[in-house]
Amino acid sequence: MQPLIEVRDLRFRYEDGTLALDGVDFQLYAGETVALFGPNGSGKTTFVHHLNGLLMGEGFVSVCGLPVEKRNLPLVRRKIGLVFQDSDEQLFMPTVLEDVAFGPLNLGLPPEEAAGAAKRALEQVGMGQLLDRAPYHLSAGEKRRVALAGVLAMQPEILALDEPTTFLDPPGQRDLIALLRRLPQAKIIVTHDALLAGALAGRAVFFQRGRIVAAGPVDQMVAQFHWDPFWESGSPSVPES
Amino acid sequence: MHHLVVERWSRGESALHARDARVKILLTLAFLIALTTTPRISIAPVLGYGLLLLAAVLAGRLPAGAVLLRAGVVLPFSATFAAISILAGDSERAVALLVKSYLSALAVLVLAGVTPLPRLLRGLESLGAPRFLILVVQFLYRYLFVISEQAQHMRLAALCRGRFHFQAAGGAVAVLFARSYRRAQGIHHAMLARGFEGRTELLTSARAGVADVLALLSGMLVIVGLRFALGGFR
Repeated sequence: MQPLIEVRDLRFRYEDGTLALDGVDFQLYAGETVALFGPNGSGKTTFVHHLNGLLMGEGFVSVCGLPVEKRNLPLVRRKIGLVFQDSDEQLFMPTVLEDVAFGPLNLGLPPEEAAGAAKRALEQVGMGQLLDRAPYHLSAGEKRRVALAGVLAMQPEILALDEPTTFLDPPGQRDLIALLRRLPQAKIIVTHDALLAGALAGRAVFFQRGRIVAAGPVDQMVAQFHWDPFWESGSPSVPES
Repeated sequence: MHHLVVERWSRGESALHARDARVKILLTLAFLIALTTTPRISIAPVLGYGLLLLAAVLAGRLPAGAVLLRAGVVLPFSATFAAISILAGDSERAVALLVKSYLSALAVLVLAGVTPLPRLLRGLESLGAPRFLILVVQFLYRYLFVISEQAQHMRLAALCRGRFHFQAAGGAVAVLFARSYRRAQGIHHAMLARGFEGRTELLTSARAGVADVLALLSGMLVIVGLRFALGGFR
């Protein structure tokens, strides 16, 4: 089976010379969810930004069979949708409906169809009532869901989510997890949350200093790198006080 | 979360709220032109224009006292120039300046109070305002609250450690600028990620109905009639 995402020996250096990615190999197959673990600054977000051409480095990146290069970017950006860590950066239109319709309009849909696609996506994330609201009136959880709707409205085959549970309260996290589970797209989830990864991902990769140093089932990665704030030499759990 | 009073007003319901934004913009423009071209400011124009605006305030179900008060925010600026006029010996001009500036501010405040900003911007654009300018205002409005909240947080954090003095404020402004710049890059990335290629398309634009056309015609009649009644043409 051909992978939906194929990355070979990806290297990227920032303008100031910092080496952000130092030879990354990665595949994503249809229907699977992969968690990206790793310390802050290890290149996880930088890596994700290469998947839709926001950044372009050396090496080979292809999405749904399309090499990620300038001429393919419009198509690539239809295939993979990115949900950013900061929802405020993602919701930049005056109303929720206009924001979610932004993607479909850019795809060339006429206004009525774009509005329809936007409404369906908002229903899908449970935000169908808030079409006319201004984004700054929304709670963190609502913003996160609207941002997700904005991506879903473009009907991508792959979703990449960067720290999706940041600022969400436990019910918000629960709702998001349930929602993500219902979505059929292949997913990449950048997260520090071992429990979230365990709930959603079939496998995980561990980034360190711009390279993937290990890969395997989520609990194996968590155990190998003690990737849990309450780690005792057992399983991730909240310690008895 | 941030709530702007005028924004709350604009989300109310009334006969004026329901009218097409373009009609309201054109009427406001006509009013401003009529007001500024009125040469002499005596009781008649003040009463005429003032009553017209008051009627709009009532028709828009806006809180009259609050609106009249807020329009006064423009007075410190015009008072400066009025003072200069008085010192130059032209007190008639000074009075005209104060009255016209206040009434203009009132008119614009009423427009903003009965038209939500997204619709106002769309109306301006379909009347021919440059798209780029509209986008800039739109983004400014969207992120003004974010930035002001950040500023408040920084002020609180500084107060927790002593005082929020002038140098701290200066540093805060610099940091806010840097953060806004970073944020702008993030927003640009978010736009690119959703297929942005330089041109944004609009969702639907409003359609003017019979009520809007009637409102435009009758409003224009009243304004133009008032202006001619006040005379002063050469």
